[in-house]
Amino acid sequence: MAQLVDETAQTKSLVLEVPGWAGHRAGQHVDVRLTAEDGYQAQRSYSIASAPEDNYIVLTVERLADGEVSPYLTDVLGPGDPLELRGPIGGYFVWEEELGGPLLLIGGGSGVVPLRSMLRHYFAVGSSIPLRVLYSARSLADVIYREELTRMTEDSGLDIRFTLTRQQPAGWRGYARRIDVPLLAEVAFPSDEDPLVYICGPTAFVEAAAQGLVGLGHDPSKIRTERFGPTGG
Amino acid sequence: MAISRGFRGRRRVDADPTRIPPGQYVTPDFPVLSAGPTPHTLLAEWTFEIRGAVDKPVSWTWEELLALPSETPTFDIHCVTKWSKLDTSWRGVSLDTLLDGVDTSAEYVLAFCDGGYTTNLPLEDVTGGKAWIVYEYEGAPLEPEHGGPARLLVPHLYFWKSAKWVRGLELRDRDEPGFWEMYGYHNYGDPWKEQRYRGD
Repeated sequence: MAQLVDETAQTKSLVLEVPGWAGHRAGQHVDVRLTAEDGYQAQRSYSIASAPEDNYIVLTVERLADGEVSPYLTDVLGPGDPLELRGPIGGYFVWEEELGGPLLLIGGGSGVVPLRSMLRHYFAVGSSIPLRVLYSARSLADVIYREELTRMTEDSGLDIRFTLTRQQPAGWRGYARRIDVPLLAEVAFPSDEDPLVYICGPTAFVEAAAQGLVGLGHDPSKIRTERFGPTGG
Repeated sequence: MAISRGFRGRRRVDADPTRIPPGQYVTPDFPVLSAGPTPHTLLAEWTFEIRGAVDKPVSWTWEELLALPSETPTFDIHCVTKWSKLDTSWRGVSLDTLLDGVDTSAEYVLAFCDGGYTTNLPLEDVTGGKAWIVYEYEGAPLEPEHGGPARLLVPHLYFWKSAKWVRGLELRDRDEPGFWEMYGYHNYGDPWKEQRYRGD
């Protein structure tokens, strides 16, 4: 690990230098394997947050208080320490420009991580595909990559809508509730534009977003999902 | 293998280690993993079909499936995403019952599902008391998120082989990779050999 970056109170990004990395596609994940001195091993999957074009592999890890692996990655692992990875893994929750668009990315909590890889890839290839992003977080302080997303909005006109479900700052002009059908109807491209949709987040979030879009007439086969539960780390 | 400096891990003391395949951890939860939206098929339109390399396709309506003799298998299940869940109990119909009377030379099956999901298995892995079409989990109707109204249960393989929202089996003379198998998962998926991904 080259560097550890604080993202939010609960999430950190591990910046990894991976000699011989064969490359990945935006949206894929890796398996991380930890080995104790007595040979005991624990493995977990983490989405890759960096774009294929980036020089480093970045994993953004949410620290789960009762987790076995994530507290080690965020609290114990230090710069210079080795980390055993396997990957890239997964070939379906992947965005590449030839898949077309319009493109709609919907993330809940740390579900934004693989979407961030897609966003960086989108800008790296200079795509002109219409793009919208919907990001649900508990509060502004829980928004991961806030500065980067703001910069993408200011510099490149990224159309990103936030909903803050628990706590909103004074004067907040974004959404302030869990995603529901009226919210999706406002944010999503109309179903007759046949957008390609990627949804990542906790199970209940993904179910709500996916069912909502299907109810609005979106083609289920154009909706790709990745779900994680409270036991993911 | 490299030692992870300062990593001790959390070994469970309440689970028999001989029941946990390599690289897995035990969870009391039941995580959901699906590649797309959860399908909701009306039971009135639901059928289970056995087709492909058979003399004559055969199918059951929902009512007909429920009328078949059921079994209540209890097994440990192992997901390729590393979680294992012990002593899960189900109710459903053995594939031996459904395949009884089906005359075939096929050696493989491709399970097909609402939502377009598929997964491939050797026929001998779904016969001989190894696989069921289950419609109850822990005494209650199987929830849509977990594959309801009915899913395949093949507990001796990684759980992606236990296809959710299953609608039938296509018997095949030649093996053909299913959905995750095409996206790089192992073709067979034995958790005890840790066959997670292609090449394992």
